[in-house]
Amino acid sequence: MNKGAVILQDITKSYKTVKALTEINVSIEKGELFGFIGPDGAGKTTLFRILTTLLNPDTGTATVAGFNTITDYKAIRKIVGYMPGRFSLYQDLTVEENLKFFASIYKSTIEENYHLISDIYRHIEPFKHRKAAQLSGGMKQKLALSCALIHKPEVLFLDEPTTGVDAVSRMEFWEMLKKLRSQGITILVSTPYMDEAALCDRVALMQNGHLMAIDTPDAIIKAFGLTIYAVKSNKMFQLLTDLQSIQETEAVYRFGDVVHYLNKSSSFDPAKISQHLIKAAHTEIIVKQTVPTIEDSFMLNMRKSDSFNTQGNDN
Amino acid sequence: MTTDRQNVIEVKNLVKKFGNFIANDHLTFEVKQGEIFGFLGANGAGKTTAIKILCGLQSPTSGEIKVAGFDVYHQTNLIKRNIGYMSQKFSLYEDLTVSQNFEFYGGIYGLTRKQIKERTAYFLKKLEITHVAGKILKEIPLGWKQKLAFSVAILHHPKIVFLDEPTGGVDPVTRRQFWEMIYEAANDGITVFVTTHYMDEAEYCERVSIMVDGRIEALDTPAGLKQKFGVNSMNEVFIRLARAQSAEQ
Amino acid sequence: MKGFIIKEFLHIFRDLRTMLILFGMPVAQVLLFGFAITNEINHANIAILDQAKDEISMKITEKILSSGYFDLKAVLYHPNEIEPAFSKGEIKEVIVFEPGFGQRLEKEGKANLQIITDASDPNTANLLFNYTSGIVRDYSREMMENKKPPLQISIESTMIYNPELKGVFMFVPGTITILLMLVSAMMTSISIAREKELGTMEVLLVSPLKPIQIIVGKVLPYILLSFINAIVILTLAFTVFGMPINGSILFLLLESILFIVMALSMGIFISTVSQTQQQAMLLSMFVLMLPTILLSGFIFPVENMPLPLQILSNIMPSKWFIIIVKSIMIKGLGIAYVWKETLVLFGMTVFFIVLSVKKFNIRLG
Repeated sequence: MNKGAVILQDITKSYKTVKALTEINVSIEKGELFGFIGPDGAGKTTLFRILTTLLNPDTGTATVAGFNTITDYKAIRKIVGYMPGRFSLYQDLTVEENLKFFASIYKSTIEENYHLISDIYRHIEPFKHRKAAQLSGGMKQKLALSCALIHKPEVLFLDEPTTGVDAVSRMEFWEMLKKLRSQGITILVSTPYMDEAALCDRVALMQNGHLMAIDTPDAIIKAFGLTIYAVKSNKMFQLLTDLQSIQETEAVYRFGDVVHYLNKSSSFDPAKISQHLIKAAHTEIIVKQTVPTIEDSFMLNMRKSDSFNTQGNDN
Repeated sequence: MTTDRQNVIEVKNLVKKFGNFIANDHLTFEVKQGEIFGFLGANGAGKTTAIKILCGLQSPTSGEIKVAGFDVYHQTNLIKRNIGYMSQKFSLYEDLTVSQNFEFYGGIYGLTRKQIKERTAYFLKKLEITHVAGKILKEIPLGWKQKLAFSVAILHHPKIVFLDEPTGGVDPVTRRQFWEMIYEAANDGITVFVTTHYMDEAEYCERVSIMVDGRIEALDTPAGLKQKFGVNSMNEVFIRLARAQSAEQ
Repeated sequence: MKGFIIKEFLHIFRDLRTMLILFGMPVAQVLLFGFAITNEINHANIAILDQAKDEISMKITEKILSSGYFDLKAVLYHPNEIEPAFSKGEIKEVIVFEPGFGQRLEKEGKANLQIITDASDPNTANLLFNYTSGIVRDYSREMMENKKPPLQISIESTMIYNPELKGVFMFVPGTITILLMLVSAMMTSISIAREKELGTMEVLLVSPLKPIQIIVGKVLPYILLSFINAIVILTLAFTVFGMPINGSILFLLLESILFIVMALSMGIFISTVSQTQQQAMLLSMFVLMLPTILLSGFIFPVENMPLPLQILSNIMPSKWFIIIVKSIMIKGLGIAYVWKETLVLFGMTVFFIVLSVKKFNIRLG
């Protein structure tokens, strides 16, 4: 038996009118740090709820550490840690009381597994008599993670742990996850922040209940297939519309302080960009080939599946 | 109208205390008409408090603050009439139809029936979703809702629109479409005051302020900030500033 | 389990609003009633029918009249005069000494005294009876000090016009019922709904805790607090209000626990069907509180209701509890007389426990 692994086979789940998940197939190795990357409404939370035995799928089977989520849910509940979307803490309890309580429901104590959380808990221990409601977003996040870890889970499910948290706290959080992974815990994370994908071992890009791609971040970028040109000029606002009119343009979109330009043709000559822009009276033109990011890849995949979807059905 | 852009937000030495806690420590800045102003900061840095004061929802402890030409101490009603507000949490009424939502908010801001009709049609056409006007909001996709919420926030053509993390959790394509709408609004002369956790979006702003621990630690154009800190992205600028503060503690 | 209960107590003690509803409201309500009624008791008009006219009966009369609670409105000479005296509406109480009262007391160590009260105003009637009998007992205790064989004045209470004490008197049992219901059902349903709102319920469900453990952990603190509440209300009713507890206190408390558990399981049931605190609150209000107040006989006597409502009132657990409380407190009856009502209540308790444990989903939605 493939212990520690999470396997989803043909998982489909619908709510009244909405199809939340469509034929999800993915297998996650033991000890992997696996990311589900996608915007709100992609189906991440539904997927996590199925894996944590909170929801049953309509069709398909899912196993966690070899246990079936429907029939062996009790076994799964003993070995997983779960951090739901909103940091689920008792606002009126102190930091320490929260941690104590979550340890107690697993018949454990803070002392028993302190070594597991010490790296994370250290940051908030000075505030252990403060009520959870009075913590900043970053501290709440750390406390919630400590609470999910305190019973030494084999598999950790973190549903959007970094949403609404500032860039610095997010960075620190990912550093913690890397440490946890080195201790052999399988970690499944969901996030709407594309830049966090690069920090996972493998990721699944998710949109409208579909997995659009599953691979290592590097492989996803390698599979991108198109060349991206980062373009700058003195008239950034017009740049978007002017670039659109180049022949066989695949996509033009802003990306930070530059505009990313993609062309469908494999024999595209980047010199065309400058020529085109000079004609449109741009100056200070800079055109550079650039490495695609997960966000570029996500958008490419979205366009593909959009056109696929609109061909597939009429509503 | 002069060609010089006027200041629509003027803040001098804004201080807000809660007991001993200083949430806003002598903030001073201006925002010009039609500017896209990024208001960044770590969680708990005091952004939300400052926005509440600027919107007239909370009064400051001290300082001279004018929004849309009105004083935040005595003219909050006039301020509210001249601003629009949208946040990630603020959503439209889920059980009303798209056009009913427009009607409701248009009514609040005293638009006439005719004006509401015209502008609703204008925005729906622009978003290419005229066909869902009669649909209940619950039934339309998330990405559209976000854009609709923004349209509703600028329905009455306010002088300033405050956007509090408007793109949280939104897919990258919709996020960019959203920013195109922001640019259009700014082009129409609406000042955009926006907070975000996406650092690439900071690059889209004309000027950015970064709050750390109740104070504005940096305020400049994205290019200026990157130059000043000698880094390549706004993300690095932000982490430099916020990290310095957490190291202090 | 222990950790769960500790946490639950912390929630309760840290929330001022909960504490107020839990403890402030019962005290306030009972005190309100208490004050409204004790004010009426000064200078109540009474009449005396002294058929003995001996030293002891005179002394007792003097004691009663000098207490300040009573004004002697009339002296009666024959039992025939009692009824007309009451019907004039001027007097609230008649004290009757049996013929040869003092003599019997001296010789046999035993004599009878009858206190007749006008129970059309049941609260006052009851208070007057308690005051009068208190004075008489004081007197017999004084006398006992120098007499070797203990003397016994047996006091007989007779109520006219409203012997079953319908009306205002129902307020105490009714108030206890309402308060226990409110505290137990509403508070548990809100506290469970709060966990759903916060998202902590998800974490609890994913943990190895069984539904029954979550339920017991949630409910146990409220059983205890509601029980303390019941005792506080009873004590206040007894001291401030002069409400008698004629039956067994132990039995009354046991019945209260049964009702509390019933109300709690209803609370859990409500929480299984509501997603937010607000929903839980509204549901408790409309599904529990209003029918309890309107249909249980608390305000409107069940006998006066139209037949459909009378039938409907049978499914109100509070109706049965009010009957039990009245029987124990006022009539001093034991289990032999209220076993039927107890059984109904017990059945309802089992029904709601089973229902709520079944409804309490091991998964979401």
